[in-house]
Amino acid sequence: MNITFIQPEKFREQMEYLRRERGMDFLRELVGMDWGEEGIGAVYMLENSETKENVQVATRSTNREAPAIPTVSDIWKIAEMYEREAFDFFGIIFTGHPDLRRLFLRNDWVGYPLRKDYDESEELNPVRMFSENVENDCTHTLAPDGTLQRNPDTLFDNNEYIINIGPQHPATHGVLRFRLSLEGEVIKKTDVHCGYIHRGVEKISERLTYPQILALTDRLDYLSAHQNRHALCMCIENAMDVEVTERTQYIRTIMDELQRIDSHLLFISCAAMDLGALTTFIYGFRDREKILDIFEEVTGGRLIQNYNVIGGVQADITATFAEKVKAFCKYIPKKIKEYNDVFTNNIITRKRMVGVGVLGRDEAISFGCTGGTGRASGWACDVRKRHPYALYDKVDFKEVIYQNGDSFSRYLVRIDEIMESVRIIEQLIDNIPEGDYKVKTKPVIRIPEGSYHATVEGSRGEFGVFIESRGEKSPYRIKFRPMGLPLVACMGTLLNGNKIADLMTIGATLDYVIPDIDR
Amino acid sequence: MEMKKPVIKSIPYEEFKDNETLEALVNELNKERTNVVVGALDDLINWGRSNSLWSLTFATSCCGIEFMSVGAARYDFARFGFEVTRNSPRQADLIMVAGTITHKMAPVLKRLYDQMADPKYVIAVGGCAISGGPFKGSYHVLNGVDKIIPVDVYIPGCPPRPEAILYGMMQLQRKVKVEKFFGGVNRKQSREELPEGPMIITNVPQETMNNKEKEQ
Amino acid sequence: MYDFSIITTAIDQFLRSLMPSALATFLECVLIAVCVLVAYVLLAIVMIFMERKVCAAFQCRLGPMRVGFWGLLQVFADVFKMIIKEIIDFKRTDNLLYNLAPFLVVLSSVLTFSCLPFANGIEVLDFNVGLFFIMATSSFGVLGIMLAGWSSNNKFSMIGAMRSGAQMVSYELSIGLSMLTLVALSGTLQLSEIVARQADMWFIFKGHLPALTAFIIYLIAGNAETNRGPFDLPEAESELTAGYHTEYSGMGFGFFYVAEFMNLFIVSGIAATIFLGGWMPLHVPGLDAFNATMDYIPGPVWFFGKTFFVIWLLMWIKWTFPRLRIDQVITLEWKYLMPIGLVNLLIMTLCVVMGWTF
Repeated sequence: MNITFIQPEKFREQMEYLRRERGMDFLRELVGMDWGEEGIGAVYMLENSETKENVQVATRSTNREAPAIPTVSDIWKIAEMYEREAFDFFGIIFTGHPDLRRLFLRNDWVGYPLRKDYDESEELNPVRMFSENVENDCTHTLAPDGTLQRNPDTLFDNNEYIINIGPQHPATHGVLRFRLSLEGEVIKKTDVHCGYIHRGVEKISERLTYPQILALTDRLDYLSAHQNRHALCMCIENAMDVEVTERTQYIRTIMDELQRIDSHLLFISCAAMDLGALTTFIYGFRDREKILDIFEEVTGGRLIQNYNVIGGVQADITATFAEKVKAFCKYIPKKIKEYNDVFTNNIITRKRMVGVGVLGRDEAISFGCTGGTGRASGWACDVRKRHPYALYDKVDFKEVIYQNGDSFSRYLVRIDEIMESVRIIEQLIDNIPEGDYKVKTKPVIRIPEGSYHATVEGSRGEFGVFIESRGEKSPYRIKFRPMGLPLVACMGTLLNGNKIADLMTIGATLDYVIPDIDR
Repeated sequence: MEMKKPVIKSIPYEEFKDNETLEALVNELNKERTNVVVGALDDLINWGRSNSLWSLTFATSCCGIEFMSVGAARYDFARFGFEVTRNSPRQADLIMVAGTITHKMAPVLKRLYDQMADPKYVIAVGGCAISGGPFKGSYHVLNGVDKIIPVDVYIPGCPPRPEAILYGMMQLQRKVKVEKFFGGVNRKQSREELPEGPMIITNVPQETMNNKEKEQ
Repeated sequence: MYDFSIITTAIDQFLRSLMPSALATFLECVLIAVCVLVAYVLLAIVMIFMERKVCAAFQCRLGPMRVGFWGLLQVFADVFKMIIKEIIDFKRTDNLLYNLAPFLVVLSSVLTFSCLPFANGIEVLDFNVGLFFIMATSSFGVLGIMLAGWSSNNKFSMIGAMRSGAQMVSYELSIGLSMLTLVALSGTLQLSEIVARQADMWFIFKGHLPALTAFIIYLIAGNAETNRGPFDLPEAESELTAGYHTEYSGMGFGFFYVAEFMNLFIVSGIAATIFLGGWMPLHVPGLDAFNATMDYIPGPVWFFGKTFFVIWLLMWIKWTFPRLRIDQVITLEWKYLMPIGLVNLLIMTLCVVMGWTF
């Protein structure tokens, strides 16, 4: 992967040029990076949503004390969150950023953990058992002399009725925290707090060997465990020039799609639960168990399978695999009809979802909301179509696209995608070729020096892996593109002006998984 | 009246692991003799408590999905009396710590535990909650929830299978059955007895206190 | 038809023969209070058990199975646990109101409960404005809920209470209107009389279309009145954690929980009484042999049979439908149910005046 370096002084100008003249409207990733002596900075991956052309640029500052880079948060909306993340991990100061607070760590955290010279000692950052200092009601901006400045009461006024949704709240599907300012039942302002399940996966990975890192990817977004691992394996295989066998490709593709169905079934269940229809929730889980049975038979795991390995898959498929998958493909359309009867076509469901939380196409791209959310807004963002990998260029399937961008479209996209996944599986399951399920790789895996990137279509968006290698056994820097962070970033836009009950509808249909956001 | 060995209906006593711990507890409780009325009342209370453990819906990561599976149609923990999951900590008897607890989450978990009404029990589900699991070396992960709240049952796995979770819940039921509500056997663990842990700051710094006062 | 007043009169006479009249009256009051409370608690336990089993059946589950045969003792275990659960005191709450709130809710539902005519002769209070009294007592439950939300000093509770206030006060109207429709048909407010006038035919058949409309409106409004799905916004589990009773533990929560189920029973009981004939057996005009056979089934069986049928209907609705949003709840009442109810009342009056009833 080629990365063009730009001086910080010219950076802003160049980025504006890329956005305006070359139509780079999708900021796929912003990877904060510590190059050591050469400075601290960030890699930006841009894509043109029409032509699918890619550009990678980077900029860095040699000042380790206060590395300053101009912000691009006014060009791409998602950059606001990404830059906060980079500030949190590397201490990069984005000049002109409207609200430079820490995103994941507590605001009394000492140091920037992903820097190479970070001091991990317990004395600096013990487990603090008291609530965070209430510094939340202020934004941070950069003063002209280069220091960060607090602007008190800019987020929430003292007189506002503020409620906390989360971190422990049934509707957030994990430990996400929203602070909402209410007027009656209507939400006026939203402030998202992440990091309650920030596990520092990227930092741990820098100490682990590549096969060891594989185990962590499953636990990022546990509902797209296969796809995540597929992405990392693919990235490493591409870097090492390992060609996997066709049988492996077949198995991986089928497993990816099964995982997608699994995740979408859980999506339907949870959406139903959030709207208060508990029976549909149980129905979804009932049918999900059938997929888990298949997973368990082949991989030995239910939720987290640890199946893909570098060069292939862990174990060959079992003799009854094809038969069971086919039975499942016959079974699920009937059940989808049942969900539609009980839940989708229910008048209350429609009233709750139609027209609620509309995300426009341009906003979806600017926020980088890939996956079902982007496709519900009319953006053809399916990686399987944009940059086909595995067998996706050989199978025939439709990219499900809706134009309305409301909660109901987001819901329907998932339902239709289940049917498309079934179609893909049906095309493949009978033709799995004979051969090895795994090619032999070297006992110690080293990646040649350079930067590598691979993306797959996860269950809820584009999942990307970026590896910067120095030729060692473990990566110099590894970055996973979170599928959920863009979705959470656009929550504020979607929520303001809606009711509290709509928070559950919108949150459920955006379908984020928190450990994937926080990593 | 003697306290009996804790038995779970339709499951042989020998099939449970770690019977020794519970038997030791029983023996300790049986040292002091109790009269029949108090003993019978204790039995009744233990029966009620052990068969009606309502859990708090608390999940941070992967294990939470398996916990949901246990509540769903195939595994259905309602059969054993874990019927209701309450969203309010005040009404819950049991907190299933399902998933990784990070530095930022630790005070929240502690507060949730403090908000629960007695009797309250804690189950640590999965490797992360027990010891930090695959994320043990991380700068932001608490290596085991037992460092901040007392844990009754550990369910290992990453994530544990639903059967394992059910088994763990039954172990908790057995543990609840060897309790005494009456009689002076209840005592609090003193601070010195607590195991050595990582560096934890519990005192709120003066600055934060000042801010809080300002708020009110 | 069995007349249970024979038994009650016998007990009354027996007591009066033993002691002075005033003392006997007092003793009878105590006796009745105990009976009512015991019946209340037992019915609540039955209802909770029923809810669990019904919900499990809808969800392809089994529900409680291990505690007692077929899980029959499950609810008793819950009760024992709840009684000895800690009740937490708070620093910054209005303690008096906080502790008073659950009692108000339970008081309202016990009072209403005691008005129900369970069988011929088993009625605690039977006077000429019975239906009116039921409406009055059942409506002050909302006070307890509002107090609970207000005094908990919790923002979720507060929102829950506000929702509940708006919702219950609104739906009271529809309940009142549909009851009024039936009163127009029956011509009396006295519960025993209402039941007695359904001897030839239940009101839901007698009043045909307007009565059926009133019945449906009553079921919807009654469901909203008891805060059960799809109208469970005041405690909306996935939105407000537990709504107005978020801060209550132990029996405080227990009271709310029991009152919710008993309110469901009361709503169904009233529906059974005024629409489905209460304890009156099924009578079809003209089929005397059939009617005589039906009379052999005792009144309480009829009453509880009909009540539990309505309860089952409401549970079916609860476990199938998603939750409404607050503005939709209010719109449904003020823009649809109430106007329809008013027109329906007009039609019913017209039918009664013109003699278009069966």
